[in-house]
Formats: sequence, C-alpha cells, structure tokens
Amino acid sequence: MTTALAAQTNSFLAALVLLTGFGMLVQKRIYGLIHIFTWQGLFLSVNTAIVGYVANRHHLYISSVLTLALKVVLLPYILHVLIHRLRIRKEVETVVNIPMTMLIGIALVIFSYHLMAPVRELSTLITRSTLAVAMATVMIGLLMMITRRHAVSQIIGFLAMENGLFFAATSATYGMPLVVELGVALDILIAAFIFGIFFFQINTAFDSLNVEQMARLKEGD
Amino acid sequence: MKPSAFVVELLQIAAVVGLAPAFVGWVRMLKCWSQGRTSASLFQPYRDLAKLIGKDVVLAENASWIFRFTPYLLFGTAVLSAGIIPILSVDLPMAPAADIIVIVALFAIARFFTALAGMDIGTAFGGMGASREMMIASLAEPAMLMAIFTVSLTNRSTSLAQIVMVITSGETVVRPSLAFALLAFVMIALAETGRIPVDNPATHLELTMVHEAMILEYSGRHLALIEWAGMMKLFLFVAMGIAAFLPWGIATEGHLLALPAAFGILFAKLGLAGIGIVWIETGLAKMRLFRLTEFLGSAFLLATLGMISFFILD
Repeated sequence: MTTALAAQTNSFLAALVLLTGFGMLVQKRIYGLIHIFTWQGLFLSVNTAIVGYVANRHHLYISSVLTLALKVVLLPYILHVLIHRLRIRKEVETVVNIPMTMLIGIALVIFSYHLMAPVRELSTLITRSTLAVAMATVMIGLLMMITRRHAVSQIIGFLAMENGLFFAATSATYGMPLVVELGVALDILIAAFIFGIFFFQINTAFDSLNVEQMARLKEGD
Repeated sequence: MKPSAFVVELLQIAAVVGLAPAFVGWVRMLKCWSQGRTSASLFQPYRDLAKLIGKDVVLAENASWIFRFTPYLLFGTAVLSAGIIPILSVDLPMAPAADIIVIVALFAIARFFTALAGMDIGTAFGGMGASREMMIASLAEPAMLMAIFTVSLTNRSTSLAQIVMVITSGETVVRPSLAFALLAFVMIALAETGRIPVDNPATHLELTMVHEAMILEYSGRHLALIEWAGMMKLFLFVAMGIAAFLPWGIATEGHLLALPAAFGILFAKLGLAGIGIVWIETGLAKMRLFRLTEFLGSAFLLATLGMISFFILD
C-alpha cells in the first residue's frame, strides 16, 4: 500500500467516523444508536491499523485490536444486555429537535476545522488533516450528551467522545504510549460496568432513566 | 466542434425522450418481480402514453392559460435538459449553453408551474398537492445545490461536461467529499422525482399523494405530456447522477463510432440504477409528510459534510 493511497483511505475512514458521529446525533432509537456506535468503533479500529502500518508503529496494531475487542464487541454487548435488562424500547427523547441538532453539529464541525487549522499547518504527519475530524467527533459526542435526556444515550455520547479523543491521539501523534492506551481502555471498560450498576440503581429509584426526573432530588414526599 | 456532434446531440435527445418510458417500465417490472407479482410488459408505459394521447382533453371551465401551458412547459424543460446533460457524449453543442445550476433551475421552473397549475382549477386536492410539493421543494433545493457545489468544487467547474471530463481523465481515487455528495444526491433525487420514501408514484390515495394530487384534473394529451415529462425527469436525474459521479464509459468525443459503446454502457448503468431504485423503494416505507424535514435535513447534512470534508480532508 502506497503512502498516498493510505492517506486517502485514512481520510475516507475519518469521513466515515464523522458520518457515524452525525448518525448517532440523528438516531432516535436506542438499538440503532448502539449499532452506529459499533460501526464507529470498527472504522476507528481499521483506521488505527492503517496508520500503524504507514507510520511503522507496531504498538498501534495492539491499540487497533484493543479498540476492536472493546468498542466493537464488548461495549456494545454490555449495552445490549443493559437495555435488555432495563427493558428500554422507547424512542429516545431529545431536548432540541433533530434538524436543529444537525445544524448545530455542522456548526461544530466548522468550528473545530477553524480551531485545528493552525495545528494542521504545523504538523507534518500524513494523518494531520483528520485532526479536525477527531476534534469534531469529540464535540459531537459532547453535543449528544447535552441534547439527550436519556441516561443510556448520554453514556453512548460519552463513549463517542472517547472515540474522538482516541482518534485525535492517533492523528496528532500516531497514538499515545501503549501503557496509557491500556490504562484508558481499562478505565472505559470499568466505567461501562459502573454505568450499568448506576443505571439499575437509578431505574429502581425513579422507575425511569430520564434524567429530567432527577431534577428534584428531595427526601421523603 | 464536428458536425457529427450535432447528430449525437439529436440522438441523445431522441434517446432520452424515447427511452424514458422503457426505463420506468423496467423499474416497475423489477418492482413486480421483487414483490412476487407477474409484471406488465416493459413497453406498457408506451401503451399508456399512446392511449392517453388518443383521448380527448377535458378542461375545467375556469382553467386559465397556465393550466393549458404547463404540460408543454414540463415537456419542454425536460427535453432542454436532455440536450444539456452529457448522457451519451461530452462533446455536445448545447452543453456550453448551461451548467448544472441552470438544470436545477429548469427543474424548479417546471415544478413552479406544476404547483401553479395544481392551484389553477381551484380544487382542494390541487392546492393541497401544491403546498406539499412546495414544502418538499423548499427543503430539497438547498440540499441539491449543496451537493452540486460539492461536486463542482472537487472538479473545479459547474459545467457538467467539464465535470465529466475531469472525472474521466483523472486517476480514480476515493474521495470522501464525492461519496457524501453522492449519498445526498440519491436522497434528493428520490424526493425530486417523487419516489417512495417521499411520494408514492403509484398511489391515488388522497392522504399521501403529492405529485398526483396536483395533476389530478389533467386528461388526454395534457396528462400524457405530464406523465412523459415525469418519466423523463426520473431518467434525467439518473443520467445526471451518472454524469456527476460515475461517468466512465461515456464518449468523450463527438464521434459516431464511439456511440454504440456509450449506448451499451448507458444501458448497463441504467439497468443497475433501476435495481438500485427498486432496492431502496422495497426496503423503505412511505414516510409521513412531517418526517420529511428529517429526511431532507439529513440529505442537506450529508451534502454539507461533503463540502466540509473537501476542505478538511482533500
């Protein structure tokens, strides 16, 4: 694989990651949300492997496999089990309506492009152009956490944000040191377990995972 | 410009006018097969048109000139677009006259007059269809232009012939911006040609129809012209998509010798496009009208993402 082709594939996968980010923003059903999240993880994993091949950094292969195992297999599985146990089938409510969310998302992409333009000029890596996309993915994950009322979709937003950060690390510096990445991966996994436990607690306490219900936290009455 | 280019031009217009019903027949045939029904012949649309042309025109008493003029205008704009879009050859005498934005405007004029004609008679359905059509148009057109701008940006030209030349001469690389623009274009083409997630071309159910509601009062040769123009519109949108995204195999010079190959490849592409349309239509259900904002909003989003990713990634 030549460098030019790899750069092309890299930017194409970056575009797909961005697209899945928007897909999550738009998706109303919670199962669909998890499917799109799985796809994002897959694109991320393939992209990491390609960057690892081009940059000749072999620890990126380990990160790639780690991403595949964690974000494509394990986390979606945990989320599936979670929503199955919690019996969530309803459509997810949003605070802002969907076309508006899309427009805000587009604005965020343009914003992160402007934010990353100076960095892009300084960098010499072939992955530098995807930096803005990584930034935008983080922003969109954040936007999703803000605009969703349902706890599970907020968590998926959080995980998407983490995807964006991982992507940013790959495109800005060809990946973090392996120790750091292993630590982060473990953290995410443990976070997912803790979320699960919390969700059960919230669900038994409020009979709902809608965080609006938690606005009035009072004893008694 | 060789004299043979004019012959090619005429042949191309004749091909669009003549083949459009067959293409619609092909789509209907595939649809029947995919649903396990026996289909009508490929040439049934021709028979329908012939039957309609043979019938008398019944006009409402208060129909104005707009009502009588609209069918001819629809047919005329479709024929004009057929002369401009490079379908068989790039070397068209009429191609320099107008670029892709003008083609969008031509379709917009046709739609404007259809809506006017729908309201002209003063029946409830006509007005309802017109208002729905305009709502769809107001959402589809920005997305359409955005997709077109993305294609024009990546190829550095708004002229379709020039775009085709650039794509066929360049090395084939995967471009995220073009992929996004193509997705957006497919969604918008479904909306503009009144296919299933947006409008059902086969229905006469008042609750769901959009295009049919506007032309409900037409009869005879007027209806034939409108139907024919609708078929051509579908054909032209497919041709436009082929020209802007997958033009390989088109005759780049106005030779008559290059035409058979161009014809063959065009048939293959049209056949595949028909399969694609049927695949989309059988997989989706007709959407509620108020969910169209989301559908066309996503198309706009995709087109915009295409444009942004041109700046970020290309």
